[in-house]
Amino acid sequence: MGQMKLLLEHAEKAEAATLAGWKSLGGYQKTEAILKGKSPEAILDQIKDSGLRGRGGAGFPAGLKWSFLAKNTGKPSYLVCNADESEPGTFKDRYIMERMPHQLIEGMIVSSYAIGANRSYIYIRGEYMYILRILEKAIAEAYAAGYLGKNILGTGYDLELSVHPGAGAYICGEETALLESLEGKRGNPRIKPPFPAVQGLYASPTVVNNVETIATVPYIVAMSGAAYAALGVKPSTGTKLISASGHIKRPGVYEIELGKVSCEEFLYSDEFCGGPSNGRPFKAVIPGGSSVPVLPIDLFMKTASGASRMMSYESLADGGFATGTQLGSGGLFAMDDSACMVRNLWNLSRFYHHESCGQCSPCREGTGWLEKILHRLEAGEGKMSDIDLLVDIAKHIEGNTICPLGDAAAWPVASHVRHFRHEFEYHVRFPEKVRDPKHNVAAPIARPS
Amino acid sequence: MPDSPQFSPAALEELGRIVARYPEGRQKSALIPALHLAQREFGGWLSVPVMDYVATLLSITPIEVYEVAGFYSMFNTKPVGRFLLEPCRTGPCALNGSDDLIAHLEARLGIKNGETTPDGLFTLKSTECLGACGMGPVIQVGEKYHELMNGEKADALLAELRREAGFATKAGA
Repeated sequence: MGQMKLLLEHAEKAEAATLAGWKSLGGYQKTEAILKGKSPEAILDQIKDSGLRGRGGAGFPAGLKWSFLAKNTGKPSYLVCNADESEPGTFKDRYIMERMPHQLIEGMIVSSYAIGANRSYIYIRGEYMYILRILEKAIAEAYAAGYLGKNILGTGYDLELSVHPGAGAYICGEETALLESLEGKRGNPRIKPPFPAVQGLYASPTVVNNVETIATVPYIVAMSGAAYAALGVKPSTGTKLISASGHIKRPGVYEIELGKVSCEEFLYSDEFCGGPSNGRPFKAVIPGGSSVPVLPIDLFMKTASGASRMMSYESLADGGFATGTQLGSGGLFAMDDSACMVRNLWNLSRFYHHESCGQCSPCREGTGWLEKILHRLEAGEGKMSDIDLLVDIAKHIEGNTICPLGDAAAWPVASHVRHFRHEFEYHVRFPEKVRDPKHNVAAPIARPS
Repeated sequence: MPDSPQFSPAALEELGRIVARYPEGRQKSALIPALHLAQREFGGWLSVPVMDYVATLLSITPIEVYEVAGFYSMFNTKPVGRFLLEPCRTGPCALNGSDDLIAHLEARLGIKNGETTPDGLFTLKSTECLGACGMGPVIQVGEKYHELMNGEKADALLAELRREAGFATKAGA
């Protein structure tokens, strides 16, 4: 099937970086036509028809999210773009913003117009400060050309757009934590309800959408929701950016038509990952950012029933958590047999412990316990009972926290132990062999047949 | 650090532009950008007097600044070296050698992760996922990402930063 370039058609062209260049590639034509010819209600209908699902990771239908926005509240409505891309394995939004800042700005204009927002923000992670500068330059160009500010293109519509930096906190990718952060506070997620659509930024109705989601909006309205819905395999409609990394030959950001590319093609074809980078066989794949369950290579390529697994929300989830996973953010990373799954899980659990905001006890304490137990297992100091203890702690975190970080911390633990228990047992049985940090290369841990 | 910190006129002007992005009475929203600005102005870290000064500028209480400064990993509440080296250590970067890279930097600089070199030039502080997974391992220095790093490239980077520091010292003398 190969790549399908809707959003990324111009990504590799140098001129896509400036307003003049972007316009020479057809930029702002869609936005101008939409602002002059479509009502906000007509745009919402197209987004609903398109089946577009939030591209940040949760996959919630974007049109539905917009339709929840409280009306006639007497307060302004806000659109906030979530550019806090921090899920390990995910680097797709950065690719859009660095290379085609006006693609996101167009999305912000059309989406803000559709929800009736006159002041919108792009919340970008603080580490992407150099991208913030790229966006600010592009926004200044858009103001000068009359695409932002008062009475845009003579339509009577006003929009102020600015970029707001975070300062290093994975939790701010959670939308209510993001809003707290945008209000100048610690990134502690809020208890929901009320949802942001009712009480978001400054307790006003707010829509928070991911960069890729917002960038897609003008394309959908221009081609019609039905035309977009014809792409992909329902209910995984349209295209998705996948950022690929790990032990692969061709790391990078690829756009696929959902459900049309098999996992095998994606991993091995030279048009995508190009196979393993070190000539070693693949062992495992995490297809949707570090929070989604890891799958052994065989279950990544084929579902438990033996069908070819496809790159779509449904196919990746086939089998539930027992034999499936999730598409998540599309941050795929592949591991060859030199990767130690205990070490990998220790690494990820350390991440979640570091990033827990500390509000909810199960997450604050549990992520620390997970890291500590995994550290001793990895170092050859663990006990056999530690393995079930990990699973037990993960179970007690899952579902017991205000925000999904608890689940995100629990799922990798459950799935690593579910599929690679033999490696954890090996660490307990042969402590002397795992004391060398390169132990997996030195003594490949075979899966018992 | 002077007793009463003061932003340069340019920084004050920039802060004014930042505050103007938020609705009337919502100037607290400017806190995170203001703290980034303060770190740039005052040697890469936030002392208590600096945080108190930022509180005054935004008409908020000092505790509102302290709790934010303490929450976000990019804010340093202790002095750091001239160059803050932040190698990513998470997931895909770890698969592609970030542990070795951090060990290499520790050996080259003669310090442990989290420490500053005696000459005050470098602080080594490993960080979590920087969103450079396909180009890892990555080291962030200031606003710049140095991607596809290895020991050899890290040595070249250290040499380049040392030259930059030497040049700046001479230019300032």
